[in-house]
Parts: sequence; structure tokens; C-alpha cells
Amino acid sequence: MSYKASDLRKGLKILWEGQPYEIVEFQFVKPGKGAAMYKCRVKHMLQGNTIEKTFREVDSFEKPDLESRELQFSYENGSQFVFSDPDTYEEFLVDEEVLGRNKLLLDDAMRVDVLFYNGKAVEVTLPIFVEKVIIETEPGFKGNTATNTTKPAKVTGGYDIQVPLFISEGDNVRIDTRTGQYADRVAKK
Amino acid sequence: MLVPKAALELRSRLLHATRSFFHERGFTEIETPVRLRAPALETHIDAESSGDYWLRTSPELHMKRLLASGHEKIFQLGPCFRHGERGDRHNPEYTMLEWYRANADYTDILADAKALIAGLAGESASIVYQGQRIDLLPRWERLTAQEAFVRWAGWDPVAVWDEERFNLDLVEKIEPAMPRDVPFVLTDYPAPAAALARRKPGNPAVAERWEVYIGGLEIANAYSELIDPVEQRRRFEEAAAQRRALNKKVYPLDEAFLSALSQMPPSGGVALGFDRLVMLFADAPTLDGVMAFRE
Repeated sequence: MSYKASDLRKGLKILWEGQPYEIVEFQFVKPGKGAAMYKCRVKHMLQGNTIEKTFREVDSFEKPDLESRELQFSYENGSQFVFSDPDTYEEFLVDEEVLGRNKLLLDDAMRVDVLFYNGKAVEVTLPIFVEKVIIETEPGFKGNTATNTTKPAKVTGGYDIQVPLFISEGDNVRIDTRTGQYADRVAKK
Repeated sequence: MLVPKAALELRSRLLHATRSFFHERGFTEIETPVRLRAPALETHIDAESSGDYWLRTSPELHMKRLLASGHEKIFQLGPCFRHGERGDRHNPEYTMLEWYRANADYTDILADAKALIAGLAGESASIVYQGQRIDLLPRWERLTAQEAFVRWAGWDPVAVWDEERFNLDLVEKIEPAMPRDVPFVLTDYPAPAAALARRKPGNPAVAERWEVYIGGLEIANAYSELIDPVEQRRRFEEAAAQRRALNKKVYPLDEAFLSALSQMPPSGGVALGFDRLVMLFADAPTLDGVMAFRE
């Protein structure tokens, strides 16, 4: 199974020159009477660097050997994080670098999507919103409901975010894992 | 996404002003078939099928038959279709403006284009597109393809033709280097990129073809039209062979067009992407801002 250049679109994952890339920016171009071309910015799925590349109409790409599994977080073991299949309890290792700062947002038994390339975990997608408790921030200003002025805060797990001024220690907040930023305050459990 | 009402009102005014421009200059608005048995054979332009027919990729061949039958100044505004062309600046269905003048060439057409586009901008004869002020009068910068490629890509496509390199460098080197504060005309294309243009008298290595870019958008493509039926048939057959090699559909030759060509006077003509022109005046970064319904 392979892709034609005309299949390219933002988010598609391809094997190009033997390496797995994700298309992060995509533009269809067709100069004058010339052949169609596809101006892309592609991200190397293992190294994380991005480059610009214009693909031609005649180019084709293999599908990278990718497999997505829904796993739950088990425990941290040095520089590796252990996730397990909730049904079979089979364990999978994820390198610390793959998680990046998101490692601080993991909770026990949190369900995540782990993407494997040739059997190696290369991407971990957390739930869109994760709920945390503020453990450190300047005292809140109850009357100030503005959300455009922010102050630094730390949440359970040690993750640092910017929060609105009305947030106090002990508050429950939700973090949007797509942006890594504060989303809203939620009622305490 | 809903297109702002103001953009569609602007589009309506531009359609009206464009028609007025041509009527005031003695042009006849004409309509030609949308469903064709034989769309123009060009290597990289693919037609959408419509039953036993094809939807036109351009009204060019029928408009030239009208020139051959004695019409001297004609224009048409209407839908054209190109299979597989979809992006910020492409849509498989779009609105084309084409106009032709008998006993004229591509320089006469350039004068028309300047007057039309500057006129649409009103008294200021300028627009602001994506933060860039563009003066539409009086100076349109102009380079031959040879000058532009030698200057910005470091090679001469007239001396050594390499189609793939030409198109890639056009996108990666030439287009980004073009001035943005005035319209930019790329002219006198290498003869192998002539498409339906005639070769330049006295310099057959280049063809009398220009394209104008405004604000980085490719707006229009013009020719001193090829009126030699033997040469035209040879080019169609060459395009057919290239399409066959690329595994693309090969359309039949338009014999009615080819036989009319010997009656056609020397002419200039142009195809202008009307939706892109509206993008400029609406300051829209993509076609989504100017087409009422985009799939």
C-alpha cells in the first residue's frame, strides 16, 4: 500500500527516503502550465526536526509501519515509562524524550494513545483535557475574573503553567494537552 | 465556513465593473459550450468528465473559432473546471475571464490587463493585500523568463530546457523573489513552454507569452496566439504523447478548431483567474474568502 503525491495532506504520515515523516504544513501549487506540486513542511517522526520539501506529482510514498494502541500508564522506571494494555496487561516501554513535558501530566492508569513505528513508541497522545490541582501559586485575587492577565503556577506532578489571577492553591484546573496550557477551573471533587 | 457578505458584494461589484470595462471598449460578451468533446490537449491540465463529454478547462478553443469567423473583440466570464486542482489558490470549479483581440498581440493584451485591474481599484489605483501595499499603476515590473531565471535561479532555461527544473525553480526561487509592491510580469517563455503561444518573430527560442503575478498570486496567462494549424497540431500531438507517457487521459484532437485556425487573424488573448483577482481586492488569503460555496 502506498500514497500518491495527490494523497498528501496535513497530518498524513509517510515514509520518504526510508524515513518516517508527518506532513505538518501543506500547500497545493501549480505554476502556469506546469505540473502540480505539493509544497510541504515535514516533521521527522523520530528526530522531531522539520524541513521544507516540494514534492512532485509523480512522487509516491510508502506507508510507514505504524500501529496505534490504547494503553494505560503503569509506572515510571528510570528514563522509561511503562504503559500496559488494559485487557492483556502486556507492557510497553516509552522513552522519556517521546513524552517530553507531558510526562509530568501522566496520572496512574491514565488512558493514552501510543503510536508505534516499526514496533517502537514514537508518539503519545494524552486525553485532550487533564485535570490537576494547583499546588503552588501567588495568592489569588477573587474579584479578578479576567483571563488575559496570568501568573505562574505549578500543578500536581510538577507541571508549570500560566493561570488567571483568580486561581488559588488547591483549585482544580483543566489543562488542554494540545496546547499545554490552562483551559479552565473546575469544581473541586 | 460562511463567506463574509461584504466579500460576495465586492465580488458582485467586480463582476459588474469587469463587464462594463469590456463593453465600454467595444468587446462582445459571448458564451461558449461548457461540455466539450475535445478539451484542449495540455500536458498538465486534466479535465473533469461529464458523461460522454468533458467539462471545459478553458473556453479558449471555441473563442478562437469565433475570432476565425470574424469577431474581433470578445470576452467571456464563466465557470471552468480542472480535475484534481484543490488548494488555497485552486478549486476544481472556478470562474475564468478570457478576452481576445484580433489583429493584436500580447502587448495589446497587457495594456488591457493594466487598464482593467488598475480601473477596478478605483481612483487610488492601489490595494493593500495581506499587509502589502500594491501600486497597480503605472509601473508593472517586467522581466523575461530568461532574465528572471538567470538572476534568481542561476541558470538559463532558454539555452538549456529542463521542464522539471523550470517548474520547481519557478515555485521555489522565482515566485518568492518577485517584487510584491507592484504587479510583476514574467514574459517571453522558453519555446518548449509556449503552450498555445506563437514563437517570437526574430527569436524563435522564446514564445510570446506572459503571466502576471500580483501580491504573489498568479493572476493571468496571455499569448500572442499561435495561428499556424500545422504547428498547433504538432503541439497537441506532443502533449498527447506526454499525457500518454504520464498515464493521463488523452483527449481527442479538436478538428473543428484546427481547421478554423487557418482563418484566424493574428490575435492576442488571455485567461485570468477571476476568483484570485477577487482575493486580491477582498484581501483574502485563500479562495475560502471569496467563493460562496467551497466543497
